[in-house]
Amino acid sequence: MVRTSQPLVERMALILHDWFATSNANVSTTQQMIDQSNLFRSRCFGSFLDLFRAVTVDPAMLQWLNGNENYKWAPNENYAREMMELFSLGADRGAYTEDDIREQARALTGWRNDWGDVGAYNFRFEPNWHDTGNKTVFGRTGNWSWEDACRLCVEHPLHPSFFVEKLWSYFIPVTPTADVREGLEQTYAGSGWQIRPVLEQILMRPELYEGPPMVKPPVVQLATMLRRLGRHVDTEAWVWLCEEAGQRLFWPPNVSGWDDNRWLDTSRMRARWNMVTYALEGISVDAWNDDYDEDETPEEALARALASWGSPALRSEHRDALLELAQRSENLILASWQKGPYRALRQNALLQLIGVSPDLILQ
Amino acid sequence: MSATNRSHSCCSGYTRSQLLRSAAAEAGKGLPAIEPGMPEPAGTGLSRRKFLSRGAGLALAVYGASKIPLSAFETGIAQAAQGDKILVSIFFDGGIDSLSVLAPVGDSRYAQLRPNLALPPGAGTSFAEDPNLQWHPAAAALATLHGEGKVSAFPAIGYDHPDQSHFTSRHYYEIGELQVSYRTGWLGRYLDAVGDEENPLQGLSLDGSLSPMIATAEKPVAAIDSVDGYDLWSQVSDPIEAEMFRSFARFGSLPSDSPGMSQVRRAAAQTDKLRQDLAGIGDFSSPVEYPDTWFSHKLAGLAAYIAVGLPMRVVTVRAPGGYDTHADQAGDLESNLRETCEGILAFQRDLEARGLADRVMVEMWSEFGRRPEENGSLGTDHGAAGCAFVIGSKAKGEMVGEFPGLSSLDADDNLRVTSDFRAMYCSLLEQWLEFDAEAIIPGASGFARPVLVKP
Repeated sequence: MVRTSQPLVERMALILHDWFATSNANVSTTQQMIDQSNLFRSRCFGSFLDLFRAVTVDPAMLQWLNGNENYKWAPNENYAREMMELFSLGADRGAYTEDDIREQARALTGWRNDWGDVGAYNFRFEPNWHDTGNKTVFGRTGNWSWEDACRLCVEHPLHPSFFVEKLWSYFIPVTPTADVREGLEQTYAGSGWQIRPVLEQILMRPELYEGPPMVKPPVVQLATMLRRLGRHVDTEAWVWLCEEAGQRLFWPPNVSGWDDNRWLDTSRMRARWNMVTYALEGISVDAWNDDYDEDETPEEALARALASWGSPALRSEHRDALLELAQRSENLILASWQKGPYRALRQNALLQLIGVSPDLILQ
Repeated sequence: MSATNRSHSCCSGYTRSQLLRSAAAEAGKGLPAIEPGMPEPAGTGLSRRKFLSRGAGLALAVYGASKIPLSAFETGIAQAAQGDKILVSIFFDGGIDSLSVLAPVGDSRYAQLRPNLALPPGAGTSFAEDPNLQWHPAAAALATLHGEGKVSAFPAIGYDHPDQSHFTSRHYYEIGELQVSYRTGWLGRYLDAVGDEENPLQGLSLDGSLSPMIATAEKPVAAIDSVDGYDLWSQVSDPIEAEMFRSFARFGSLPSDSPGMSQVRRAAAQTDKLRQDLAGIGDFSSPVEYPDTWFSHKLAGLAAYIAVGLPMRVVTVRAPGGYDTHADQAGDLESNLRETCEGILAFQRDLEARGLADRVMVEMWSEFGRRPEENGSLGTDHGAAGCAFVIGSKAKGEMVGEFPGLSSLDADDNLRVTSDFRAMYCSLLEQWLEFDAEAIIPGASGFARPVLVKP
């Protein structure tokens, strides 16, 4: 995300990591998580059905939702439920019943793997472990396979609206009007469940540019900051800083992903604050050892701090608040030895506050 | 400070603390004795004097330096010190297997449905109120408290037409209603009704993010990720630091023109408030020994917070581990349940040692129970009725709703419900928090009021 030349691919990989939220907690190796992430990158603009099938038998997902422990003798419902509730249809919409979940679990039986020193490996379909009887899912009866299980979800009449609204929600915080949503659904269904044309239309919507802002996910804020400041993923501290801010990549809180409505509270705001402090390391001034400009005016101080941040656009009331801070700080200078150091501290305060300003937290 | 050292924190709020301390000392010509009516210093724990003298502003509440007006927070401390009750909610995330916590070893179908996972008769303490039930050996600490009459158990709690989605069912429990559109938690609505405009500590989550259960519409609430301190680091020191925080608070107080903006502003304002309220908090000790786990450490810190009179009303904590045991249930459940129950026992003993046990009630819950019939991967799938517990010296200590047995299950082959979680909430509101449940729980008049609190 920080050094890519294709930010939309990275953003979609993050979105799909949230959509098909898989945690390293129940996955043997980090490499399996990286492989899943690359799967998201390579398929994020193509057919949702192809993506869905690839995710369904992806080794990380097979471990995470027990697809590798789902045998014809005793089905495990975990993946069958979440593939409908979270990945393709949504809860509380009357899209499926508990019986559909149980039948779908039978359709998904047959995947297994071996176990070695590194954990789970050699994932494969074992025909003898698959339930070959008829299953009735959404009222349709047949000897359904795992590929059919995915297809049945995507062909469900309530899938296009789920897909469109979910994808939309990652970009725009207000739900689409009925006619906009229906237009997107038609695009989606008409294209054979292609992601790209729907994404293109969402990215062209005026609501994206003129509508209300949303709180950036922590890793998005961090990536934005590092790009602005010209820094890189140069310390492992980003991992725990993002975790404290509520988002450790490869470790979503559960299978429903991160809750985009709850990015901010006192604990997570503090973490964002501290993330800014880290990001400014090497950019903040050493107030007591550097010879700081003893004549810098409040306006110059703010201009310098904004320039360090790559000149983000601040709302006027935030700019005013920062200018007031710059002026108040200057008023505290009573002795001549304070002229340089207090101005340096003021610069650091301005840098810090720009980083935690609503302008940088919102997108 | 060096930003590379995570534990190295700077001196946020220190100036104000010093100022107030000197003001208090001057007003009282040295620190006077603690006023009548204030709780005793924790003594063996975090000393009230030490804590308060370190915390910004807190000195005033105790030492009564009347020259400086008390902030709402400081007033809150004084009020809390007079004995407000606290409800602590502990959440088993993922749907704990109630048929392991209180194993129905006397039910003939148990071993049939759980050929691999059934607990053997005699493995744990018998549950005195229903001899067919037996505590999981890892819940021995809870059994101990039950034996002392300090645990009210709900062996089959839930609601009609149970939803087996984690997220839907958990949401119902969090909001106290069976619908999906509410955005405030049931305890958040309580705080909106009785809470203070200035005191984020009144609703406190200890897990690094705010529990939806205490999500309010208006009143401030807080989350912390560690009971060891709450500070904001920067490369800025006094006197400029104080100006910086003033401006940060200004970000929080400007008008908002969108929900996103209002979220940021609210978080900024509350963060700055909490930074001041918790300045200087940190070292504490406990009068009893806790297990050496992060969960226990949180509870130990919470007990110390209560002891020094931090103005909390509702606190949420997540039980350690996850309980969505679709596979290999036995081992995970055993260790996580043990860690939880042993932590709770130590917390109760701590409160008893400090003389605070009559002020604190613990409510322990999960979004559902698990399927009576085990699956093929030594685990259990999502079920319906689950278990809940109300724990404390003031808990009535009587089972609510009987165990319905495994011979007649519901239409989805799940355990039938014999008590409604909203009835538990109504009773906790009315009997413990002494607030009218009608104002908080929709349809409250339609629910039973099990007696959960000793008179």
